[in-house]
Amino acid sequence: MIKLIGVEKKLGGQPVLQGVDLAIPAGKLTTIIGRSGEGKSVLLKHMIGLMQPDRGEVWVGDVEISRLSGTRLNDVRKRFAMLFQGAALFDSLSVFENVAFPLREKLRMKGPAVAQRVEEKLEQVGLKGMGHKFPAELSGGMRKRAGLARALVMEPEIILFDEPTTGLDPLMAKSIHDLIMTMQRRFGFTAVMVSHEIPEIFAISDWVAMLRQGKIAAMAPAIEFQRITDPDIHEFISVGGTVVLPGSHMG
Amino acid sequence: MIIKMVERIGAPVVARVEEMGRMLLFVLSAFAWLMRPPFRFSHMLKQLHFIGYKSTFVVVLTAGFTGMVLALQGYYSLRKFGSEGLLGSAVALSMIRELGPVLAALMVTARAGSAMTAEVGIMRITEQIDALDTMAINPMQYLIAPKLVAGLIGVPLLVAIFDVVGIYGGYLVGVDLLGVNAGSYWNSIESAVEWKDVYGGILKSISFGLIITWICSYKGYYTRQSAEGLGTATTEAVVLSSVVILVWDYFLTSVLL
Repeated sequence: MIKLIGVEKKLGGQPVLQGVDLAIPAGKLTTIIGRSGEGKSVLLKHMIGLMQPDRGEVWVGDVEISRLSGTRLNDVRKRFAMLFQGAALFDSLSVFENVAFPLREKLRMKGPAVAQRVEEKLEQVGLKGMGHKFPAELSGGMRKRAGLARALVMEPEIILFDEPTTGLDPLMAKSIHDLIMTMQRRFGFTAVMVSHEIPEIFAISDWVAMLRQGKIAAMAPAIEFQRITDPDIHEFISVGGTVVLPGSHMG
Repeated sequence: MIIKMVERIGAPVVARVEEMGRMLLFVLSAFAWLMRPPFRFSHMLKQLHFIGYKSTFVVVLTAGFTGMVLALQGYYSLRKFGSEGLLGSAVALSMIRELGPVLAALMVTARAGSAMTAEVGIMRITEQIDALDTMAINPMQYLIAPKLVAGLIGVPLLVAIFDVVGIYGGYLVGVDLLGVNAGSYWNSIESAVEWKDVYGGILKSISFGLIITWICSYKGYYTRQSAEGLGTATTEAVVLSSVVILVWDYFLTSVLL
């Protein structure tokens, strides 16, 4: 679905991505883990064309997007939605208007059809009856839910999640994770999530990839990933309390 | 050694040239997106309300007192030559040609321009601009272009209000307080003010409207990702807009005269 080939990116003269090769499987939930400052969010932004690589290629389906701009890039972006770290809700709009925003602006939908679809999504994310509130009146978890509703409302093929549980308490983080997993299983979109939440991500992800020193150090199905014996990966994933199963050396 | 020295001197120059190029591309891109559907009239009206209508009070206040002080100063200067009757033309010409466009533009920069930089900058920092991009909605078209159009329409209207209020402010002091003949006040305006004065003022105010919205939205759009960066961007936007307005005013005046 999404494929990155030899992607390199420098920010402020510092190399961040140093030849990332990654293939995201369609219809699955893939989580990218890695230390802070490794460039996970940068990697995610390359997938949707918010950043262009200095070198390498980014493929979405059969379209290479790294040199696209304007209308052609927008055509590719119509297949995507993204949930940002801070949810990126528009401050001046209510929750309802935020969720309705892509329907009104992109699909030019009007009237009861918008209301019906927005209410449906708000109910799915547990925000029924909250449409009139403004982002400033919401808790961190509720904002993430509203962001998720906005991401889901266009029924995209691919949704990117940039650290969706940052700043939330463990219970709220778990409920957001469960919500993401439920929605992904229900609608079957391709999900790419950047997260630090170990070990929770192993329970909800189909695939896990680790970014280390600007490259993908390992990528495997979630269960297999926990068996990796590479010392760095082992240390990183066991700090969170994961039971590392005995098995093959990968990475 | 010499190469390093040249590099050290040249680096800030190159950076400035690069920024100027980026600013030019920014405004060209906004106008290019303006020409493409969908046309967002409601956004433009909202911005016009913010830049124009909400600046009216401060513009009226500034205009009134500017006209009053101009009449006060003008009266005592003209009285030395026995030409108090020309007070109206002195106030009106100063207002229409210079003070109206420049002072109104500076007030709009302080009130609406700074708010514009802060608004766009916060949208950048909180990834709301990235969110627009991911929804395949061009931020230049959705966010910036309506502000530019609102500036081009709103500032000339404010300048017109400024001129009228300023002339009446001068009337209040000159005629009602200092005893200048009302008929000669209005007659001197009628005989001295020509169409090219009004035309020059309109031309100035249109260009100032563009300068304010261009610089202020640009500074917000490319703000650094921190509260300090936003503060710096807002300060830079107000200072740069004000300086460019004054410099551009000089060049435009020298061409128009």
